[in-house]
Amino acid sequence: MKELKVEAAVKNIEVVTDFVNAELERLNCPPKVRTQISIAIDEMFGNIARYAYTPNVGNAAVCFEVQENPLSVIITFIDNGKPFNPLEQTHIDTTAPVEKRGIGGLGIFLVKETMDMVEYEYKEGQNILTIKKNLV
Amino acid sequence: MNIKKKKDGNTLTVMIAGRIDTATAPEVDARINESLDGVESLILDFTNVNYVSSAGLRVLLVLQKLMMKKGGMKLIGVNDDVNDVFEVTGFDEILTYEKG
Repeated sequence: MKELKVEAAVKNIEVVTDFVNAELERLNCPPKVRTQISIAIDEMFGNIARYAYTPNVGNAAVCFEVQENPLSVIITFIDNGKPFNPLEQTHIDTTAPVEKRGIGGLGIFLVKETMDMVEYEYKEGQNILTIKKNLV
Repeated sequence: MNIKKKKDGNTLTVMIAGRIDTATAPEVDARINESLDGVESLILDFTNVNYVSSAGLRVLLVLQKLMMKKGGMKLIGVNDDVNDVFEVTGFDEILTYEKG
């Protein structure tokens, strides 16, 4: 398992994405899956960067694990900020006409649709958000 | 992230290169909005856009709502990864776009 610890800031989304992409490259991850994972990182880490510690600052850890049979990656985001379960966002209507379209919950919806597993846990003062994606 | 703009009469064409995500969406939003005076037709050239996250979708939704009242908005050169995001979120139903 590899771990990266950075300040939970928007400017570090790119640092996290590069960290994960370097690992995915080693695994010959298909480009389409890599894009899906990059988007998931933007949604998940972006959420932490914008909301977890506001108005203060804090750190977040990103862990990267590989599983075999089938080949899959597990990325875990951990912060010590305010308890927040993004999976509890209200249901969004992807068929509403444009005038009635809202944007809340769209990010987590996108992650749920493109990843093979998304889990949230609040444990010992930590938000622990895990995503899993099969590479084959 | 690189943005180029071209105005021809009441048509504004915006060429965006890079990804439209949490870090870049505010700049995309600001750069387009500062040039919308008198614009009736907005064309967003996505040929060099790699991918879009929900932060980018938010910008597109606001622009679409605004341009519906002023004239229209169209995206051109949309790649497969961006198209996938549009389809999953139902944005393919509310945006007018051409795949590139």
